[in-house]
Amino acid sequence: MSGTSAMVRDGARQAMAWLHGWTGLLFGHILFIMCLAGTLSVFKPEISRWMRPEVSGQADPVRAITAATDWLSANTTGSTGWYLAAPDGRSNVVEASYDSGGAYLSRALDPASGAPVARDTLGGEFFYRLHFELELPYPWGRLLASLAAMLMLVAIVTGVIAHKRFFKDIFTFRPAKGQRSWLDGHNALGVLSLPFHVMITFTGLLTLASLNMPWGMTAAYGDDLMALYSDLTPGAVTKAPTGTKATLAPIGPMLARAQRHFAGAPVSRVYIFNPGDSGAVVTVYPVETASIGYLPAEISFDGATGKVLKAWTEKRAGIRTYQTIYGLHMAHFAPLLTRWLYFLGGAMLTLAIASGMVLWIVKRRERAPLSIGNRLLERLNVGGLAGVPIGMAAFLVANRLLPLGLAARAQQEVSVALWSAGAALLLGLVLPPALGWPLLLGLLAALCALAAAMGPIWAGDVTVMAGNMLLTAMAVALALLVWKQLRRRSAPTPVRRRMAPA
Amino acid sequence: MSKVSARPLRSGWRYRANVALRTIVGTVGAYGVAALAAAALARTLPMARVEAVTIATLMAYMVAPAVTIWAFLARGPWRAIAGVALAAAALGGIAWIAGQPA
Repeated sequence: MSGTSAMVRDGARQAMAWLHGWTGLLFGHILFIMCLAGTLSVFKPEISRWMRPEVSGQADPVRAITAATDWLSANTTGSTGWYLAAPDGRSNVVEASYDSGGAYLSRALDPASGAPVARDTLGGEFFYRLHFELELPYPWGRLLASLAAMLMLVAIVTGVIAHKRFFKDIFTFRPAKGQRSWLDGHNALGVLSLPFHVMITFTGLLTLASLNMPWGMTAAYGDDLMALYSDLTPGAVTKAPTGTKATLAPIGPMLARAQRHFAGAPVSRVYIFNPGDSGAVVTVYPVETASIGYLPAEISFDGATGKVLKAWTEKRAGIRTYQTIYGLHMAHFAPLLTRWLYFLGGAMLTLAIASGMVLWIVKRRERAPLSIGNRLLERLNVGGLAGVPIGMAAFLVANRLLPLGLAARAQQEVSVALWSAGAALLLGLVLPPALGWPLLLGLLAALCALAAAMGPIWAGDVTVMAGNMLLTAMAVALALLVWKQLRRRSAPTPVRRRMAPA
Repeated sequence: MSKVSARPLRSGWRYRANVALRTIVGTVGAYGVAALAAAALARTLPMARVEAVTIATLMAYMVAPAVTIWAFLARGPWRAIAGVALAAAALGGIAWIAGQPA
């Protein structure tokens, strides 16, 4: 036997543990942001609802889209496209992205009047974008998210192989034992919903396939990616604007025709290309609650005449497979219980990442005094792991506090979130961790409580009320944690278990 | 001498180089093989072009972790490198011979 074959049996596990630790160390913070934002994105429409309390009640998708197109026709100039998402059982506004006079805008349109709602906010979209764009410009945020996801796949694979007692770990938890407890917690969180972690990482990578794995596409299509897109959605039509003005034909009948094509499924996304031009095209997609698959069908109309140009129902096995896997990540299909399971799985993954990062420090601290590098990492952990949720909670508070008439209000909310997270990170770096942890977690608890109180607590809307209750529960849980931390600090220091031999 | 090398070395430059090589093979190499697998499959799978592309892309994500595992389980870092190089050459060759479908 040579030395290298011994590596196979014993060293491989060790090397994997090493790789698991280092990928976690390098990408832990990015993965923590992605997983936390992704977990919250499961309830993206509900968060949007909480953030727009002025719009209440349920809206009819056809009437809302009609109102939206009427308003856009009267209030935009020189648009190349209007991209609308109709209200459904969860969202109650029309989410619109459009350009007017050369400016690109994203607004929530009131389902009755079609005009932008008074409280200009990104709503749940902020968390959704943060999840895969990390507040970085295109394509860098998405590329970084892809890289982090790939390394997470590596971390999961190596984490599993590095385990000696895989199934035992599910049922093992030894609390209040320092490193042992953190390791047990990390293992249990990672292993218990491992199928979810693998699924969500794998399917997440796939959603950004055109950026992170474009080689099959270029191998088969070369530079002609337009051909790929038209092959993927044969019911979509691309037309160049003619330059001749033409009013949009009534959209109601088009939506009714679309719904018939979708076998009764309500319309969801409505894309209007070249509006106001005789070369206008209206493409309609159904809601994705009937099956897991993404984009199950589409139908395109001539915008000027309202006649059907092309209709398509997806039945190709290869494409359905791809769309189903894509849809598994988006979870648009998920009924309430499944959505909560997604949330739970995401929360466990977020906590597995956070506990892994803390474990890195705890493990080293119990052996010897921390090196300068590890002391810096310890403080980065405080600032990052507490700072990111602080930024998110500050975002919710800003939503209630910023005046409605403020210019670029939606962007100001995001600025508040980023500056708060940045300030928390700085505090984490300058304060000793024993003080930084309780202080920042206490701050987070206060922000959650404040957001809930301004909900307002007596809100009539069920979604707003549920949000307030969850925020309150979060605040209470954090307050208990802080109280425990402070009590332990004032208690006499327990005898170190791993003393250096006297 | 052989008695010493029969035990896994956990420190020293040999062990570090071993782990470093395997790490590069298991990350950069894994991505490279996955990318070439996507290209080869997209050009050769016997189905409509767009379906071949989507299935090939899906498969590529499964190839990558398999290569990562190989990089750490192979006997010796050179064997890990050789395996990855061989797979890359074979897949690249297939993609090149098949050519871009019309």
